[in-house]
Amino acid sequence: MDLLNAIVALTNFVIVPAVSYGSQLALGALGVTLIYGILRFSNFAHGDTMAFGAMVTILFTWWFQGMGLTLGPLPTALLALPFGIAVTALLLIGTDRVVYRFYREQKAKPVILVIVSLGVMFIMNGIVRFIIGPDDQQFADGARFIVSARDFKEWSGLDEGLAIKTSQGLTVITTIIAVALLFWFLNRTRTGKSMRAYSDNEDLALLSGINPERVVMYTWLIVAALTTVAGVLYGLDKSFKPFTYFQLLLPIFASAIVGGLGSPLGAIAGGFVIAFSEVTITYAWKKVLGYLLPDALEPSGLVQLLSTDYKFAVSFVILLIVLLFRPTGLFRGKSV
Amino acid sequence: MTDTLKNILLFGIVAVLICIAGVTQSWNTALLILNMGLISAIMSIGVNMQWGYAGLFNVGIMGFVALGGLASVLVSMPPVPDAWAAGGLGIIAALLLGAATIAGAAFAMKRLPKGRVRALGILAILIVGFFVYRAVLDPSVDAVEAVNPALYGYLGGLNLPVLVAWPVGGLLAAGAAWLIGKTALGLRSDYLAIATLGIAEIIIAVLKNEDWLSRGVKNVVGIPRPTAYEIDLQNDPAFVERAASWGLSPVDASTLYVKVAYALLFTIVLVIILWGAQMALNSPWGRMMRAIRDNETAAEAMGKDVTRRHLQIFVIGSAICGLAGAMLTTLDGQLTPGTYQPLRFTFLIWVMVIVGGSGNNFGAVLGGFLVWFLWVEVEPVGRWLMDVVTAGMADGSWLKDHLLGSAAHMRLFTMGLVLLLVLRFSPRGLIPEK
Repeated sequence: MDLLNAIVALTNFVIVPAVSYGSQLALGALGVTLIYGILRFSNFAHGDTMAFGAMVTILFTWWFQGMGLTLGPLPTALLALPFGIAVTALLLIGTDRVVYRFYREQKAKPVILVIVSLGVMFIMNGIVRFIIGPDDQQFADGARFIVSARDFKEWSGLDEGLAIKTSQGLTVITTIIAVALLFWFLNRTRTGKSMRAYSDNEDLALLSGINPERVVMYTWLIVAALTTVAGVLYGLDKSFKPFTYFQLLLPIFASAIVGGLGSPLGAIAGGFVIAFSEVTITYAWKKVLGYLLPDALEPSGLVQLLSTDYKFAVSFVILLIVLLFRPTGLFRGKSV
Repeated sequence: MTDTLKNILLFGIVAVLICIAGVTQSWNTALLILNMGLISAIMSIGVNMQWGYAGLFNVGIMGFVALGGLASVLVSMPPVPDAWAAGGLGIIAALLLGAATIAGAAFAMKRLPKGRVRALGILAILIVGFFVYRAVLDPSVDAVEAVNPALYGYLGGLNLPVLVAWPVGGLLAAGAAWLIGKTALGLRSDYLAIATLGIAEIIIAVLKNEDWLSRGVKNVVGIPRPTAYEIDLQNDPAFVERAASWGLSPVDASTLYVKVAYALLFTIVLVIILWGAQMALNSPWGRMMRAIRDNETAAEAMGKDVTRRHLQIFVIGSAICGLAGAMLTTLDGQLTPGTYQPLRFTFLIWVMVIVGGSGNNFGAVLGGFLVWFLWVEVEPVGRWLMDVVTAGMADGSWLKDHLLGSAAHMRLFTMGLVLLLVLRFSPRGLIPEK
């Protein structure tokens, strides 16, 4: 019984949150990795793009909620998501036309593009704060739990409850769908293949008649979808606050680098590596150990390796370890 | 028009702008802009050395600035004897143990043959070391933080003059920069950016959470000053008399006096650093740096150790940022870890360097003053603009309230716009590199 209780507690407090957080990071890291592979720079505006996408979706959600349009047990935000993606795509393609294209034509060094993306980050951050303000926003509705702790306790007769929030289940399902679509697109369609060709060898791709502007436009479209989905899921799961999206930049970059920049599969693996390390290291293990160990050995403290405020330190340390021992990442991404 | 004349004119324009703020707002505001401009100028010289001389992209300026701020607490605050008695030795022992663990792991890494034994050995050293470290640290930290938490709850400092803290801040920042540079330099350029972004967040997290060190979010107030206190000046009959002869009230005169004293101190530091940076830029060392920046492969072929030189200039530039951070905390008179925001302390400095002219120290100084001026003045101008825009709207309408309330966020937007415009149309900045 104690063993079952321990497993349930572990699932409830570590595995479920880590899987949903990992999915969100994976979606973010996929965007970073795509931009890196095709446009060849690290996009510092990524976190704020996520915030922008989430903001547009929230505005549409509020509008739908105001009209009485809901999805029953599912959050209305799902209905608003396509609109959020569309507006974000317009913004990103507009930004590319006005800002990035000039530097691409000049063949500017990647680091210049990174600084340019800093400027874009400032502007997007300003726009988001200007429109929706810097505060927390609630936009989740529908059923809160797929499995609530009390139902689970009654059903299983265990002391420990297992709760799965709708947002968590939704995150995992949406991520699986998004990733499946992305890989299908990259591996099966003509445009996807031309994107991969362009990422592998730009000159060869140009010679074989691939239109770079088209490839870039498709990249931004996909990035818009990925960032908006990631931003909305994160907002549903935790809450929407513009500044937290900026702070997500570090774990997202860490995921992309750990997996290997430029490798989509690596981005997903990296996202889960980072999420699981963050959650396990900042989780207080007292409860789980209390079930597993005999009473005499039961820990007196919380058995928390690091306080949750240091979760950035976890992604950072993993990043450093990877940089030191395997700079191309787990999946051998590019290293320019 | 010669370059010198143009540059003098540019600096003159900034001076006039600050004077306009002095006349229309108040001379206190103008002096505050001047003081912060001086500190910003020093920070941008530090970043300019990294970016302009060597092409290193550092987005962790905030962390180095915060370390400088920590230095001014650790050096100048009086020690708390009760806290030291309660757990000071325990904390120091724990820190030494932690350092020994890392040293032991590094030693095992070097000495043991590659393979599973080494990996497991290092892992074992790190895990055991971590738990021993926590076992020693935690009770001491609790003991220290329990000592009169409303006033102290931390170990305090060394009670030395605050001016000593400035170079110490530089040293602390240099140490952190060395650690980062050692791992991230020599890899591709974006990696340094991400590593510095991370270290900055971690330094802020440490300052916010390690109450025994910096009192965390409870802030340290009342850091000693290098100048006189207003209240002492107001109680000094000779000063009041002299103020009256200038036609100033004692309160105005004393605040102005203190700010001018700071401005003089900061100017001395700025001049010394500017002189040093110029000497370095025009020395063979500076030429080597620019050669490395412009063509790493060629420089390496000429026998230059690129990674080592990069590490060197990265440490120097970060040290200058740390120094500026200590000065900033001294000016504020308090360390408030909650106020360190990357947009304000990292990215704003980048805007200064790019706008002023990367590679040119005078450009960096000009950028520091000009962009700081904009940063301060955009808010009132934005509010005025919003007042004009919303003038025709009905009072109490939803849109009007929203627009007026959002005026404060114009700052970020403006800074981003300025950065993008300069990068696009004048990528070499206002005072370009020669």
